[in-house]
Amino acid sequence: MRSRTVQGSVAIAATASLALAACGGAGGPQSGGSSKLTDNKVVIGLLNDQSGVYKDLSGPNSKVAIEMAIEDYKAKYGDKAVAKDIEVVTADHQNKADIANSKAQEMYDRQKADIILDVPNSAAALAVATQAKNKKKLYINIGAGTTALTGASCNKYTFHWAYNTAVLARGTAGTITKEGGKTWNIVYPDYAFGQDMNKSFTAEITKNGGTVGQSIASPFPSDNFATFITKAGEGNPDVVGSMHAGGDLINFVKQFNQSSLKGKVQLAVGLMFITDIHSLGVDQFAGTQFTDAWYWNFDAQNKKWADRFKEKTNTRPSFAHAANYSAAMNYLEAVQEAGTDDADAIVGKLEGKKIDDVFLRNGEIRKADHAVIHDVYLAKVKSSAPEEWDYEDIQKTIPAAEAYGEANPACSMS
Amino acid sequence: MSEFIQYTLQGLAAGGFYALSALGLAVIFGVLGVVNFSHGACYMLGAVLSAVLLAELNVGFWAALVIVPILMFGFGVLMERLLVRWLLELDPLYNFLLTFGLTLVIVEAVKQRYGVSGLPYQVPAGLGGQVSVGSVNLSVYAIFACLFSVVVCVAVGLLLTKTRIGMIVRAATEAPDRTRALGINVGLWVTPVFGFGIALAGLAGVLAAPTRAITAEMGSNFIIILFAVVVIGGLGSILGAVVAGFLVGLVEAYGIAYAPTYAQIVIFVLMALVVLVRPSGLFGREEVA
Repeated sequence: MRSRTVQGSVAIAATASLALAACGGAGGPQSGGSSKLTDNKVVIGLLNDQSGVYKDLSGPNSKVAIEMAIEDYKAKYGDKAVAKDIEVVTADHQNKADIANSKAQEMYDRQKADIILDVPNSAAALAVATQAKNKKKLYINIGAGTTALTGASCNKYTFHWAYNTAVLARGTAGTITKEGGKTWNIVYPDYAFGQDMNKSFTAEITKNGGTVGQSIASPFPSDNFATFITKAGEGNPDVVGSMHAGGDLINFVKQFNQSSLKGKVQLAVGLMFITDIHSLGVDQFAGTQFTDAWYWNFDAQNKKWADRFKEKTNTRPSFAHAANYSAAMNYLEAVQEAGTDDADAIVGKLEGKKIDDVFLRNGEIRKADHAVIHDVYLAKVKSSAPEEWDYEDIQKTIPAAEAYGEANPACSMS
Repeated sequence: MSEFIQYTLQGLAAGGFYALSALGLAVIFGVLGVVNFSHGACYMLGAVLSAVLLAELNVGFWAALVIVPILMFGFGVLMERLLVRWLLELDPLYNFLLTFGLTLVIVEAVKQRYGVSGLPYQVPAGLGGQVSVGSVNLSVYAIFACLFSVVVCVAVGLLLTKTRIGMIVRAATEAPDRTRALGINVGLWVTPVFGFGIALAGLAGVLAAPTRAITAEMGSNFIIILFAVVVIGGLGSILGAVVAGFLVGLVEAYGIAYAPTYAQIVIFVLMALVVLVRPSGLFGREEVA
């Protein structure tokens, strides 16, 4: 009886080692050419919102941005390129964490994606981070704001490229307070995102010598803000901060513009994208201050890239499009440098790398928490648009170190 | 004190708008006995139509106030002839479910066509700015919207109580058989009344366009407040809907001002209290089973 068990174990072990050997062989260099790529190609997975609220922000045009990176990579290395065959696969996560989770699994396992990019929506973003960790495959998040990606949920294979909610607070609350907007009243939607934003904004304001007179919670969703706005104007604050997003933000701004506070009190918005300004019209948001991770008409380098983007899409890029380009380009550079698409080797090449490109200025892939820190910008919405999409006056560049602060202590990579 | 006046005025301004928005719901229930769940979606369609008319045909706010209700009347007539009519004889729950399903279809269709981030719409020229008396401020547009709503509510009230058409419609709902016996074609009146209720929802949508986010979902939350309004006022009562509209507007404003944490629930506490004391609402008739 006992010897039988031992025999069985031996058989299992033997089969397993054979199987492992076979797998190693398939992916290894002995498969023929000089390429050390799995399946002899690099597969980039783009997982984002292709039909819902973030469609304009990143959506299908992020694929165009990634293809621009591939084009540039091939032009740069020509025959010497390690990745000769590069494929982009896309999926729509519909802003649902469970769909993001299964799509990520499918991308890594079935479509053989070597990396997943983008993934807006914090809940979806965190679901994919767990998949990346379990499957030991690369993941660069761009569209989501949650600090948990580089905090409690951080892991070796996950990088956070463009922005996070703490950066928004430091950028908007910190800068405005330092520049004289000392007294604030905040209105925030009463759910997790709004409460977080209220907390981080209040912390930044007080840290910089300002005071928050009132933090008023509004029901979510809400469409009648008239009384909230009156209340927010009590005590004549320098600044009223709205932490709303989407439809609530539009309601708030429309009704703020019709209130007596318009023109007397500075309106600061916690989270806003250039696509919000585009859909509502620049005059609705005129004068509003917010933090932007990147602006297409900031300088000649951005403009040149944006012109190229416009030729392909007939629209101007959001910061998320530029960040997708930057992430894909730096990933391919890392593949080139490492000579393989092995995830651990790539992580080694990316960690600590200092980058200056069209998206990242004074950028650095911080080793401690995988936050990709870079300069961000305090923007003010223009009162009218000289041309379509030309909506922002960049008032101040916020240096990377100031915007991102210290590495998140909640993150432990092991 | 001036703060109290400020909140009261804001409450009244919101209340007028609630009254007009709930009016169509009350008319349709009062006459057809249909609880129209798609009222919020029709309100949204009204707002979306005015934004689309402006963007694509350059039709302004004032013209939209006339054109959109007419279009929505047509939509209501189609809805009644093709769908609602067939379920009128059955339990009211069937039409409630039908209109709920319609809401989903309408909202998703608008999302497909116009996306989710919202459509732009400006305050019409001449209605911008504020009126200030001392430290009390109110936006010109809010005052206009409130007054306009009151005028429409009074006109509808008069139409139903003082005119021959109103008399026929009311008789047809009170006692359809006896009205038929008097030689009046009751069925003929059902369709236009339904269309009229939907037109009122569309009108409220036009009125909302300059001050609210125009998105496919804008009616989904709003319909809940409207149901609270008609339940407080008494299902089917026009006067009830108007009084309850103002009451809800005031209670909401005071709630936000003096107990912001509870702002969201005060309306529903009010509704629960009213239903507890007067199960058929403030102005509802006690139905004899």
